[in-house]
Amino acid sequence: MKNRTSFFLFTFAVLMLCLSALPSIALAQSSSGGEVTDDEVNTVAKDLYCPVCENIPLDVCPTKACADWRDEIRLKLNEGWTKDQIKQYFVDRFGDRVLGAPPARGINWLVYILPPVLILVGVYVLYRAFQSWRQIPPLQAEEFTASPTQAPQSQDEYMKKLEEQLKASDR
Amino acid sequence: MVANLGYGALILTFLVSLYGICSAIYGGLKNQPRFVDSARNAMLLTWPLLTVTALSIIFLLVYGHYEIKYVAEVTSNSMPLYLRVTALWGGQAGSLIFWSWLMAGFASAVTLRKWDRDREFLPWVIVVSLVTLMFFLSLSIFVENPFERWWQTPTGDVVSAMFQPANSTPLVQADGRGLNPLLRHPGMIIHPPMLYLGFVAFVIPYAFAIAALITGRTDDRWIRVTRRWTLWAWLFLSLGLVLGGRWAYDVLGWGGYWGWDPVEISAAMPWLTGTAFLHSVMIQEKRGMLKHWNMMLIVLTYDLVIFGTFLTRSGVLSSVHAFAQSAIGPLFFGFIALTFGVSMGLLIHRWNSLKSEAQMTNLLSREALFLVNNLLFLSVFVVCFWGVVFPILSEATGLIGQAIPSLAVIFSGQKVTVGPPYYERANGPLFAAMMFLMGIAPLSAWGHSTSKTLGRAIWKPALVTLVVPVLLIVLGIRQVAAWIGLTLAGLVFFVTAYEFWRSALARHRAHNENLFAALWKLAGRNRRRYGGYTIHIGVILMSLGIMGIEIFQTETQATLAAGERLQLDQYAIQYESLVEFPTADGREVARATVSVYKDGQFVTQLYPRRDFYLESQQPMTIPGVRSTLADDFYVLLVDWQPISTQGATFKVYHNPLVNWLWIGGLVFILGTLIAAWPDREMEMQPQRVARVAKAVEQVGL
Repeated sequence: MKNRTSFFLFTFAVLMLCLSALPSIALAQSSSGGEVTDDEVNTVAKDLYCPVCENIPLDVCPTKACADWRDEIRLKLNEGWTKDQIKQYFVDRFGDRVLGAPPARGINWLVYILPPVLILVGVYVLYRAFQSWRQIPPLQAEEFTASPTQAPQSQDEYMKKLEEQLKASDR
Repeated sequence: MVANLGYGALILTFLVSLYGICSAIYGGLKNQPRFVDSARNAMLLTWPLLTVTALSIIFLLVYGHYEIKYVAEVTSNSMPLYLRVTALWGGQAGSLIFWSWLMAGFASAVTLRKWDRDREFLPWVIVVSLVTLMFFLSLSIFVENPFERWWQTPTGDVVSAMFQPANSTPLVQADGRGLNPLLRHPGMIIHPPMLYLGFVAFVIPYAFAIAALITGRTDDRWIRVTRRWTLWAWLFLSLGLVLGGRWAYDVLGWGGYWGWDPVEISAAMPWLTGTAFLHSVMIQEKRGMLKHWNMMLIVLTYDLVIFGTFLTRSGVLSSVHAFAQSAIGPLFFGFIALTFGVSMGLLIHRWNSLKSEAQMTNLLSREALFLVNNLLFLSVFVVCFWGVVFPILSEATGLIGQAIPSLAVIFSGQKVTVGPPYYERANGPLFAAMMFLMGIAPLSAWGHSTSKTLGRAIWKPALVTLVVPVLLIVLGIRQVAAWIGLTLAGLVFFVTAYEFWRSALARHRAHNENLFAALWKLAGRNRRRYGGYTIHIGVILMSLGIMGIEIFQTETQATLAAGERLQLDQYAIQYESLVEFPTADGREVARATVSVYKDGQFVTQLYPRRDFYLESQQPMTIPGVRSTLADDFYVLLVDWQPISTQGATFKVYHNPLVNWLWIGGLVFILGTLIAAWPDREMEMQPQRVARVAKAVEQVGL
């Protein structure tokens, strides 16, 4: 029983780890060589957030300011800058807020550390609770399951009898 | 005159609420039913009074009383009638009144329905509901008064005040600023009311939970009384979220439905804890367990409702400094701290009387799997809460860096963005685990379930699920995320269908009914169970739409001259023409005409456009969409040359399966309606109650 439960929990953990390593969005096709295409500009702009309009990626922001910033990306790509260089250029100008996720430094580490730590604490609490429940001797466990409500089978019998009585009184 | 009437009714509602609270507390403590009845009458009076207030605002909005600050901010002469009416919830002051009006309606409905059944709870239900209502009323009266007028002082300054400042003259503007263009969409007529209904409805189960803690009646009665209220709250909140997604897809012009924006997340957080609550209360009902946990979940859900309103109303999301400068922010913060503190204090006070009446003995039992479900929902909540709060915290802790320069590297005070990359990475595996659980939990039994019994129940649907990966291989789909996601979706679908089939077949054999009649009667006899399964089917259909966009979406952008084509997957658009024209409602519209080809064959014409609102100087991008069950072809007009023949820039998205998101949403709502629909057994006539009691006596159980 213990092995089966461990396997069950292990499957969960593996499933979650596998998925966390996956890329989530398929990017659009883009051309290579020659003049910089809109798609190449958007591939960079998608990872940057409009410094003026809150929470809108630069590739879809309809304001004039964002159109100008997209032109700036195009210029930089034409000059041979890489995606990372362009992103750093915008960070230097407008701060970390232009990135879709905070860079992992200083207090920003908390973004990445706290949720998994809390989730693991939750898993541990649940695990401990399951362990303590399982240590109850079978007889005592039976008493617990019988109270306050009946086990499913006896409840079904109860409902069946009740239905029969009601049918009889309906006649 | 009308403004004074509305304001007077608002003040009166505040006073009536105050009286109701005092009367209910006295009646509850001294066991004086007269005072409780009087408090109930006070509560019933709040709704008609607030209706007068709301109608007064609507009158002022419809007739363009621009001397009123709120009216001038959210309406203009060019707005059609329906938008002037819905402008009631288009701005901060009006939406707070709307919140209060809905809250008063819900609270009144509770006291109208079966008032005599649970009398010991009711004084405290009235207190909690009216305290919540009074908080929002106080915001409207003291901070965000929708009836404030514009005045001009002798020095030429323009000020807003309810009553005329000394030596000032009323300032009547000829026109208003108009509603935010993003809110001028039919979706916005229904989306905010649904969200607000969900928010206020969650106050009811919270009020009953607090009443149970105060009275010491800590059995599951409060849960049974509020089960339907909770389901309705959940229904409205779910509907609000789905409609919000549809509005974003139609209006925001970025080819998606959910951007992990803090405003969206603040509406989703009470939904997450509410969903966990809906599952875990079943454990208390069936097994008498998790009483502390259920109390904590409903307190958390209530405070998240207030917290969500706080986040969107205080300005804290734009800047922590806006929060410090606004009066509304600290008030919200104080109210959340107060209600959370009092609720937790009461919970600790009753801790010993909330002990479980049963123990969990089996790790694969339904209740154990529901607990894992709770852990997963709470995990998603933790990810979301932290993602929303962290940017505020990061900015606020800059003060530490300023005070202690050596710590400035750590506490830089920089504002950061926590966007989709964080949420998608963190929540993706949690959603997958939820789907896996949704696949196996319906087949486990309450109380006792082993891997053997579970395996025996699941092997048939699991075998059929293998069709999914085989189909994916045949279709040439290679993405691992698609394999995992679609296989899990298949498992949930086949398990749920198997459950329907198995039960219908058993009834068909026992009663000789045809399968459809058997299914119909089954659902009618156990609406909660089959409503829940229908919700699961809805979730799976929605997950198809989500995976369609998250995994299979493709996009491209290019500038086209007239007659040129742009290819994306099997589709192509051909740019035909572009026209620019003004509209009567104050827009300057640029509308392109593009022909859509699929596999080289003409299929339709689309008209993507850019509307520029002259009053607010804001642009809006409205997509042209060709929609089928298989996919959406979504075209945006990004830019254009002054002379259309020189070219226009289009961004094009191919969104496979996205319509299943909306279809799944409808199925989800249908399932919730089935689960929330009153059972005949629950609404029994007194004679039938007596007969059931007699039958129970006769069977001797």
